[in-house]
Amino acid sequence: MDSTITTPSVNSQTKSRSTFIPAKYRKPFNSVMLTLLAVVVLFLFLLPLAYGVMTSLKTDTQVTTAGAPWYPASPLKFEYNGRAYDIFEVPQADGDTLELALVTRGRESSEFINPENPDAGLIPWEGRWRTLDQVWYLDPVWENYTRAWNAINFPRLLGNTIFYAVFSTLGAVSSAAVVAYGFARYRFPYRSQLFIIVMATIILPPMVTLIPTYAFFVQIGWVGTWLPLIVPQFFANGYNIFLLRQFFMGIPRALDEAAMIDGASHVRIFWSVILPQARPALLAVTLFHFFFAWNDFFGPLIYLAGRPELYPITVGLTAFNGLYEGQENLIQAASMMASVIPLLVFFFAQRSFMQGVVITGVDK
Amino acid sequence: MSVLINKKMPPAPPAKPPKAKRSRMEREQIKWGLIFLSPWLIGIVLFYLIPFVASFGFSLVNFNLANPDEIRFVGLANWQRALFNDPNVYQAFRVTFTFALIALPLSMIFAVFLAVLLNSKSVRGAAFLRTMFYMPTMIPLVAAVLIWSGVLNEQTGWFNLILQNVFGIQAVGVTGIRWLANPNLIYFTLTLIGLWGVGNTMLITMAGLQSVPTELYEAADIDGASFWRQLIYITLPMISPVLFYNLVLGTIGLMQYFLVPYVLNGGNGFPNGTTNFIGIYFFNQSFRFFNMGYGATLAWLIFLVSLGLTILLFGSARHWVYYGSED
Repeated sequence: MDSTITTPSVNSQTKSRSTFIPAKYRKPFNSVMLTLLAVVVLFLFLLPLAYGVMTSLKTDTQVTTAGAPWYPASPLKFEYNGRAYDIFEVPQADGDTLELALVTRGRESSEFINPENPDAGLIPWEGRWRTLDQVWYLDPVWENYTRAWNAINFPRLLGNTIFYAVFSTLGAVSSAAVVAYGFARYRFPYRSQLFIIVMATIILPPMVTLIPTYAFFVQIGWVGTWLPLIVPQFFANGYNIFLLRQFFMGIPRALDEAAMIDGASHVRIFWSVILPQARPALLAVTLFHFFFAWNDFFGPLIYLAGRPELYPITVGLTAFNGLYEGQENLIQAASMMASVIPLLVFFFAQRSFMQGVVITGVDK
Repeated sequence: MSVLINKKMPPAPPAKPPKAKRSRMEREQIKWGLIFLSPWLIGIVLFYLIPFVASFGFSLVNFNLANPDEIRFVGLANWQRALFNDPNVYQAFRVTFTFALIALPLSMIFAVFLAVLLNSKSVRGAAFLRTMFYMPTMIPLVAAVLIWSGVLNEQTGWFNLILQNVFGIQAVGVTGIRWLANPNLIYFTLTLIGLWGVGNTMLITMAGLQSVPTELYEAADIDGASFWRQLIYITLPMISPVLFYNLVLGTIGLMQYFLVPYVLNGGNGFPNGTTNFIGIYFFNQSFRFFNMGYGATLAWLIFLVSLGLTILLFGSARHWVYYGSED
């Protein structure tokens, strides 16, 4: 748990380094600088997310207007004689800048009106109005979310995604738990060889088995349904088996043996002794698979091609992006909507999720 | 349970005659072991073994799903085409390797940088920062790509606006920095997009850092070794198994790189064919033109190249991966 970035020890005179900071303050100084560095990197790292949020609230005209502000805004207008005029920052002869409404547009000279004092009448101004900065005001368009929600048919995408995520997670976790228990507790011939095959399936490129599988599902008429995406999950996937087996092996055998002496059956031991003990690992696998299903793109793309009513969020979002090119605000609003649920689940379950990542990674 | 078995059967079974009958206990073990394994055993045959072999069989025929009755055996013609006559295959592998050589080192350096930084005792609020750096990994990749393609837009994206308005670099517009349209920049752009998935690598690397014995750093401190020397001579060798694990997974993952370029440009290779990765080419052949035979050949080729790279990496491991002292 030691830090890898070592600060020079305060009281060792021999290796004091040439720096203007007195040794006494060096440690807090390092701490501040490193924290600042981390915060700056984090700011840059999350900048695209802020862009997404801001853009999702912009008006249709703002996203296509060059020189528009970075925040959601609309041009400020002034109503004069029943018409609305755009307001610009107009430099004056005395060096001041006034916010004036542009009434008559001319190439080399234009006429403005002062919204503070409209009775003063039109003010002539020499210069090109196109070089002036327009005045904007903060104007988030929350209706973009409603529009995107309806345009993309979000409830249907969400329903499909949840359906897929729930059933495939159910299959993946239950089957992996059963198989991992077999590997963790029973002795049978070729057990270690079979487990090597489990590991090999983790790094086998899925493409190499894809085409015959696809052709098979075409033959039995499953392409265009959810079945080819959900049914195979009930046959245990290598990654989940591996993670759960590691955890099961850490559960003391004394527990099984005690239950056995009490006359519990094999299934009973698995159900009432092992599974309750393995709750953290089961939760981690559930979360992994849930996120996998939520993110899955390739499978739905090929198996649900031409069936938009079955699309999950990922494929629906891609199709939407193709249709609404130029409507950057709606695309960003849809992207935000697709991200909300995974992010919420993550923030509520982050501890067990991040622990699960470490379990799989460290045990190699 | 195992204790009982071990007592009955000491670890020297060869002394017994080979046809010795298994005890009731052992048969029970095998029976229940196989019962628990059965979902996987069925799955491995149905979804791995048969398709894996059949996939090779498919590579020997010409088969288009548009007219499924016309299956024609062509021998090794698909293989000949893929290996010698189709310049797109060579080009797709070249593009994939070029991208891998840029993306893998950069994203691993970023992951190690974050892990070392957030593992440092000097950083306040490390747990919070770790969660925040992990967060974008949770954003569905399709949404992430759309967000990034917006923020990198040459006209309206924040990257160019900041570069131009804060740093005074001429970045906005067609003469500026075209992140997604410049063939010389596209791999860096794709790497940048990929950095949002740094979370897992970062966490695994942090776990690796925490397993490095503290005494090594204490000894190096006494010897007056600088931070950089400690990083190069202690930290990196000690976490080399973690780096190796990430490298293997990253390499295999890149051989299947598909989603990001597909969402960005629909798999048309823009700009200038630089995003025609082998995963994209496989998809276009198999699921756009429905050339199932040729698609299976490409899939097998991708498998063989991935296998070769994995073997190469494992072969190189003994030169740079440190697995602790033999004890």
